[in-house]
Amino acid sequence: MELLIKNGFVYDPINGVNGEKMDVAVRDGKIVGRVDETRAKKIDASGMIVMPGGVDIHCHIAGSEVNTGRLLRPEDHFKDFERKTSKTRSGVGRSIPSTFTTGYRYARMGYTTIMNPSMPPLEAKHTHEELNDTPMVDKATYPLLGDWWFVLEYLKEGKIEECARYVAWMMTTTKGYAIKIVNPGGLEAWGSGRNVNSIDDQVPYFGITPREIVRGLCKVNKLLNLPHTIHVHTNNLGKPGNYVTALDTMKCVEDLASDNKPAIHITHCQFCAFKGSDWRTLRSGAEEIAKYVNNHSHVTLDMGQVIFTDTTTMTADGPFQYTLYELSGNKWVNHDVETETTSGIVPFRYRRKSYANAIQWSIGLELALLVRDPWKIFMTTDHPNGGPFTSYPRIIAWLMSKKARDATLKRINPRARNRSLLPSIDRELTFYELAIMTRAGQAKALGLKDKGHLGIGADADIAIYNINPETTDPSRKYKTLRKAFKQASYTIKRGETVVKNGEILKHVEGATMWLDMLVSDPIKITDEIKRRFKEYWTVEYENYPVTEDYVEVSHPISVEADV
Amino acid sequence: MINLYSLREFRFPILAECISPDLFQGKNRKEIEELKIWEGNKQKSLSELFKVEENRKEQQQDETIITIHGDVSKLGRIGVHMTSGEIAIQGDAGMHLGEEMEGGKITVRGNVGGWAGSMMKGGTIEIHGSAGHYLGAPYRGSGKGMRGGRIIVYGNVGNDAGAYMKKGLVKIYGNVGQFAGLRMRNGTIYVEKNCEGRVGACMTRGKIVVGGFLKSVLPTFTIESIKKKVKIEENEIVKGPLYLFLGDLTENGKGKLYVSKDKNPQLRNYESLL
Repeated sequence: MELLIKNGFVYDPINGVNGEKMDVAVRDGKIVGRVDETRAKKIDASGMIVMPGGVDIHCHIAGSEVNTGRLLRPEDHFKDFERKTSKTRSGVGRSIPSTFTTGYRYARMGYTTIMNPSMPPLEAKHTHEELNDTPMVDKATYPLLGDWWFVLEYLKEGKIEECARYVAWMMTTTKGYAIKIVNPGGLEAWGSGRNVNSIDDQVPYFGITPREIVRGLCKVNKLLNLPHTIHVHTNNLGKPGNYVTALDTMKCVEDLASDNKPAIHITHCQFCAFKGSDWRTLRSGAEEIAKYVNNHSHVTLDMGQVIFTDTTTMTADGPFQYTLYELSGNKWVNHDVETETTSGIVPFRYRRKSYANAIQWSIGLELALLVRDPWKIFMTTDHPNGGPFTSYPRIIAWLMSKKARDATLKRINPRARNRSLLPSIDRELTFYELAIMTRAGQAKALGLKDKGHLGIGADADIAIYNINPETTDPSRKYKTLRKAFKQASYTIKRGETVVKNGEILKHVEGATMWLDMLVSDPIKITDEIKRRFKEYWTVEYENYPVTEDYVEVSHPISVEADV
Repeated sequence: MINLYSLREFRFPILAECISPDLFQGKNRKEIEELKIWEGNKQKSLSELFKVEENRKEQQQDETIITIHGDVSKLGRIGVHMTSGEIAIQGDAGMHLGEEMEGGKITVRGNVGGWAGSMMKGGTIEIHGSAGHYLGAPYRGSGKGMRGGRIIVYGNVGNDAGAYMKKGLVKIYGNVGQFAGLRMRNGTIYVEKNCEGRVGACMTRGKIVVGGFLKSVLPTFTIESIKKKVKIEENEIVKGPLYLFLGDLTENGKGKLYVSKDKNPQLRNYESLL
């Protein structure tokens, strides 16, 4: 199967291609130097933008938490449903679309790789079942390890290598991709109705601090040579004044970074960039965070942009979700996952006229625009916490057009408007920078070698958008821009055209990527471990691992560890 | 004036969003016949299910009146989002009648299914038969109740009538099932006859008047006084005496629940608390 995409304006930041008019050749699902022009299928992309397929570093799309959210919110689905067609299956939307619809909607926007960021190891099977049912995109999932008792016990005793062996075992056992840390220590404390308020608070019973957990797992991450850094949701998330905690978390691994490589990814940073002492005095801490990130190279961020809409918040951060329930008075779910983590779900509506919500909206964009290097900050909404992923085109418009920002600024809470830094920021992203923030940077941060670029040998995941960068000025014509990115003209997955003008042409299964850890001295499943399973968990050890045949389209990535 | 005559007996559920004065406005007969409608899993045009008859002799250009003849109890979502005009249904109607309607009037001669007037914002629905469950209540899981308008039912009503109501009026001249006025936040519900129970559970504000028998009031309501009469709306006053209860205390509510004194001798022991 050969394919030739002709005359498009190609944006491929990893290979330094900035809007050059060139052809992209594909053979057998990979990008190649050239193909036989007479035999190859041709796509005329003249006047269009060609980019690598989009990569989303953080979106809650599968697992028990997401599914409970779906069950909790029938009213979220009933106005937004898709009928089945001859190619696609039926499904429902909005803030928490059903699995198939999630895949189709991502593909329609030109996204081809997405990462599910929070999987309690105990629910790994459920998560993989749902990932199997998410078509059109390649995906991976991060197990939550920051509050796992085994990790806490070994870190308390200072046995980093032992801890690394267990983390490696867990990564392969749950078919995970990266270490996810949520409110380190806080979730364990929540099990006894408490929380931690700074990175130096003690975790009850274990007697270690969030700082030690983050540093410990950062060292583990390095020992194991994992492709991504630790993926951290900070302590005190969603509390005014928490930008200090976020900065402390970044600072605490400063010395662990080497060769200018990132050592920590602070996720949905908007939610941890609040300044002020309470909700009434809430201010943006984006300036401080951006200043730190601009001066250091060991941190990457993602935005966690808030959209003014009705959405469903869901995180593993049980105590934060409880606070959110108390704030909103909405229906809620809060759950303790045995020895591993907690979780919570609360439907929430971000309102333009609410001071706090308008400030949050502003913080996300300020972060994205004040961090100078687009390789350090990525575009997300923390789907569905800040808003559904289907609103990405709106964020693109805000990032690329001051006019679009001003149009929204006019309609938000006036007090928040006066305090927003956005009127003073003139920066407008170029298509090149946008390609970094939405695909290249994310793929690089995730260590995905074959994704996010169009170099020879890369996976032929390509998105083509119908907007001409020579004739259309995105800063003035932001509505055209929004429309173009809402509906990709073509989405090409592994060399096959799967979407054309927003219509799914073909249902393809995406692969599930997971890390096959090669450890020189792997842990042995002794009777002692089985005893602990019996004692701590409600499941037996035998039922715990996700075997490879459980993953329908399995794409293991071998990683050689230093332990 | 547009008449719709059903061409046959319907076996499958039909989503009849297209039957709305707003959509008929300004269209000629042919255009109306071509409107799309889903019957079961098949999309059809309106003319395959109904004979459309136009009668524009009377000078009613600005107000469209639609009259539906025949049994349309399989037709859901008639008149959703309508803002003006009138729909008259000569027989029974299905579920979700006039959902989120903002104005105009719907009259039904027969009975209607569940969720009639769900989440409505304005206008009037008049039902001469009985209504199903969730009259004027939001869709499951949603807290967006009625925000205005009037619903008048001359027959009986099922459970959860007027749940989550924020504004507006529901008048029921028959009996009502359980949980009338569940979680209501404002507005008025009047039940002329009997209530099955659990009236006003979790209500925080608003007014519920029960003119008939109500076996017991929820324990989270406290008796306030005995009133001689209570006003339902302009020109409609219910004469008492009526017990006035306040609640629901589980929600720190100040909702008013009026219950007829004469019809409910079993509530007499509350009088000792006054």
